[in-house]
Amino acid sequence: MTWFRDFLLGTPAATHASDVDGLYIFITLLTIFFFFFNGALIFYAAKRWKRRSDDEVTPHITHDTRLELIWSLIPLAVVMLIFFWGFKGYVSAWVAPNDAMEIVVTGKKWLWEFEYPDGTRALNDLHVPVNKPVKLIMHAEDVIHSFYVPAFRLKRDVLPGRYTEMWFTATEPGVHQVYCTEYCGKGHSDMLARIYVDTPEEYEVFLREGDEQVRKMPLKDLGKLVYENKGCATCHSIDGTRGQGPTFKGIWGKMERGTDGKEHVVDENYIRESILVPNAVVVQGYEPIMPTFQGLLRERELLGMIEYIKSLQ
Amino acid sequence: MASENVMHANGHGAGAHADYLDSTKGLWSWLTTVDHKRIGLMYLWSVVFFMITGGLLALLIRLELLTPGPTIMDAELYNRAFTLHGAIMTFLVIIPGIPAALGNFILPLLLGAKDVAFPRLNLTSYYIYVVGALMALSTLILGGVDTGWTFYTPYSSTTGGGVSMMVLAAFVLGFSSIFTGVNFIATIHKMRAPGMGWFELPLFAWGMYATALIQILATPVLGITLLLLVMERVLSVGIFDPNLGGDPVLFQHFFWFYSHPAVYIMILPAMAIISEVIPVFSKKTIFGYKAIAFSSVAIALLGFLVWAHHMFTAGMSLFAGAIFSFITFFIAVPSAIKVFNWIATMWRGSISMKAPMIHAINFLLIFTIGGLTGLFLAALSTDVHLHDTYFVVAHFHYVMAGSNMIALLAGLHYWWPKMFGRMYNERMAAIAAALIFIGFNATFLPQFLMGSRGMPRRYYNYLEQFQELHVLSTIGSWILAFGLFMCLAVLLASLRGKKGVASNPWGGKTLEWEALSPPITHNFEDTPVLVHGPYDYRPQPVPVVVEREQGVTH
Ligand code: HEM
Ligand SMILES: [Cu+2]
Repeated sequence: MTWFRDFLLGTPAATHASDVDGLYIFITLLTIFFFFFNGALIFYAAKRWKRRSDDEVTPHITHDTRLELIWSLIPLAVVMLIFFWGFKGYVSAWVAPNDAMEIVVTGKKWLWEFEYPDGTRALNDLHVPVNKPVKLIMHAEDVIHSFYVPAFRLKRDVLPGRYTEMWFTATEPGVHQVYCTEYCGKGHSDMLARIYVDTPEEYEVFLREGDEQVRKMPLKDLGKLVYENKGCATCHSIDGTRGQGPTFKGIWGKMERGTDGKEHVVDENYIRESILVPNAVVVQGYEPIMPTFQGLLRERELLGMIEYIKSLQ
Repeated sequence: MASENVMHANGHGAGAHADYLDSTKGLWSWLTTVDHKRIGLMYLWSVVFFMITGGLLALLIRLELLTPGPTIMDAELYNRAFTLHGAIMTFLVIIPGIPAALGNFILPLLLGAKDVAFPRLNLTSYYIYVVGALMALSTLILGGVDTGWTFYTPYSSTTGGGVSMMVLAAFVLGFSSIFTGVNFIATIHKMRAPGMGWFELPLFAWGMYATALIQILATPVLGITLLLLVMERVLSVGIFDPNLGGDPVLFQHFFWFYSHPAVYIMILPAMAIISEVIPVFSKKTIFGYKAIAFSSVAIALLGFLVWAHHMFTAGMSLFAGAIFSFITFFIAVPSAIKVFNWIATMWRGSISMKAPMIHAINFLLIFTIGGLTGLFLAALSTDVHLHDTYFVVAHFHYVMAGSNMIALLAGLHYWWPKMFGRMYNERMAAIAAALIFIGFNATFLPQFLMGSRGMPRRYYNYLEQFQELHVLSTIGSWILAFGLFMCLAVLLASLRGKKGVASNPWGGKTLEWEALSPPITHNFEDTPVLVHGPYDYRPQPVPVVVEREQGVTH
């Protein structure tokens, strides 16, 4: 049966997929059976009782209650079975377990954005650990989209102004295709994403170093991404205006006077320390309100931040 | 009253026996006619015109999908093409197709009536159809429409182009549909031949009745929904667009509250034709008259309770999902019953494989697949996987394009000699029917597989892995187009010949075969009186009065 399943549906890659596949194959066999059954009856009748002369007499059979009961009740029983089977699968895909890792998904024309629990974001590529429940909390920014992962047999509409959820436990390491399945205009068919299901080792690497996009990105661009995504931008401007914290524009190499009364030169170590232990030195005129980013940024992201600040002359 | 006047004017003007085609001459006499047969023909040619238009669009769409990425057009043009294809085929071809074209022509004849109950309303409904059709076509000048035929908000309330015009066109077309429905219900209630009780009605009339019920009850909801959408687009009243404080899913509920019943507007008339064709070409009484009649009505009524099965992934409660799925399965049962009834009618019959019967058998086979694939979509867990993929596209083409259109062809070949008094080339018609069957399956069978493997619908671009199946489907579309073209050519070619078909070439027992071929303007020389049942093929038909005394129904 597995070749048949793989032929029809592709290899399943999530826990509840096997139930969907079982039902799918059952109805497929039913369809094939009734097609050939009806076809055989029709062709048998057409051959056996082919009209030979125009004054043939046929029996006058208006109905047959027993026969009619049989062909009403059997289909009824079969469809009720299918109903319960389908309902069971739907319920099991309904409520996520409490320990599921939560990922926020944003759909917009025409891309998918993922936000991990630690606040890092990624476009169109999602990394999840194998055999761990993952819950997607989804919303759209413009029109309705729909998040579809055929290998998981899962799909859920993504609506503007409302959250929808979907959860899965991936069982097959590898890359699985995601499609948008609610028509959303010109780029609808290019609104694709990929789910990377990682083995525990691969997932470790991902946690430490980020995904391929992050690893390949030039340091300066990575820094900019961190600046925009990790909340730096709420307090530090890049155009010289004063915010809750000092602007980054032209800060590289400057001497800053701290509340401790000493002068500090803004270099690699100064920036690193400001991010990880913000209150070690607070620039005069500012409150010690910056939270620490210890554990929230990867090593390469710190380097990226330094490069980015260097570039803001 | 109007029909009386015309009847006299025409009848006496051109000789007592002139048929309806020749009774009066000139374009004006057609444009102002209130004769149900002429109106039926005007509908027929309009529907054929739009079927060709929609069909050409379909060929372009399939050609574009021959390769991934751009083939012959860009994404924006593609989106406009499939929207126009869907809107034309649903609102201008399939919904009016059987009832307004064939139904108009045949229903009064089947009942032994002179005309429909309200002949002027009938003509009005045709002109409303024309206005709606022109409005729909005018969107081409207004920048096209790229929403898909379902007009989902908030995409449709925010995209550019002629969306408002297209939506208004569907609104106007709704009136045409309602008027036809009202007319048919009144006609079936009031214009039956003397002696024709409800259970002596030909099953075609039962099908038309059930269809008309849906047209009258469901279409107004679509009308209101579409008006609300136009209000949102034009006046920025927030109803469906969350940016204006509206609810986008509400639109889907409203839309499917009409459009699910509407799928039965498309299939009940098809079933109605099959119920006429199979007994005649099996020369045997219909099996399970009451089962077929009541299951039509059951389908029509239950059809109102299942709309949200189009929305299982849109975020409804578990309970609502379960209810809608459950009732949907209930509708599948009457459909199965009908198929078994038709096969039982053929059993021990005297089967003549003429063109109408070949189409009817094609219908049985295609509808079996169309109906059974509905089960995949009615079951909650499998629908989550298949929703908005090519599987759904294949399913509804099997029931709409396959079943509905092929039933229309069965009916057209069956009543053609009555309509035009000429017989087409039977052999060629049979070959065309076979080509249509092959082409249809080649086009749409691969789409089930594409869908179950994850190919989403409304995709301009696609992954390499789907290309083989797309190529197969596109080649199928050429065979199908060729078959349909041949079918039309065979029918039209017959019109060059001389009239002179006998009034009952197939040996039918319903009243239309007692009229001349083609009928005279007022249908029958003398009002026919129903003597025996519509499917009584016994050598000595038993009068219905006797049967009623014995408590027999058909
Ligand atoms: C045995 C009977 C049938 C069942 C159980 C059934 C079930 C369904 C279900 C559940 C859907 C929703 C699928 C989805 O969007 O995920 C659907 C779609 C559809 N069905 Fe059926 N169906 C049946 C027969 C028919 C017939 C007779 C017609 C029309 C002639 C029809 C026309 C359609 C159309 C037009 C759609 C999709 C429209 C769209 O999304 O654009 N179905 N069907
Ligand atoms: Cu439906």
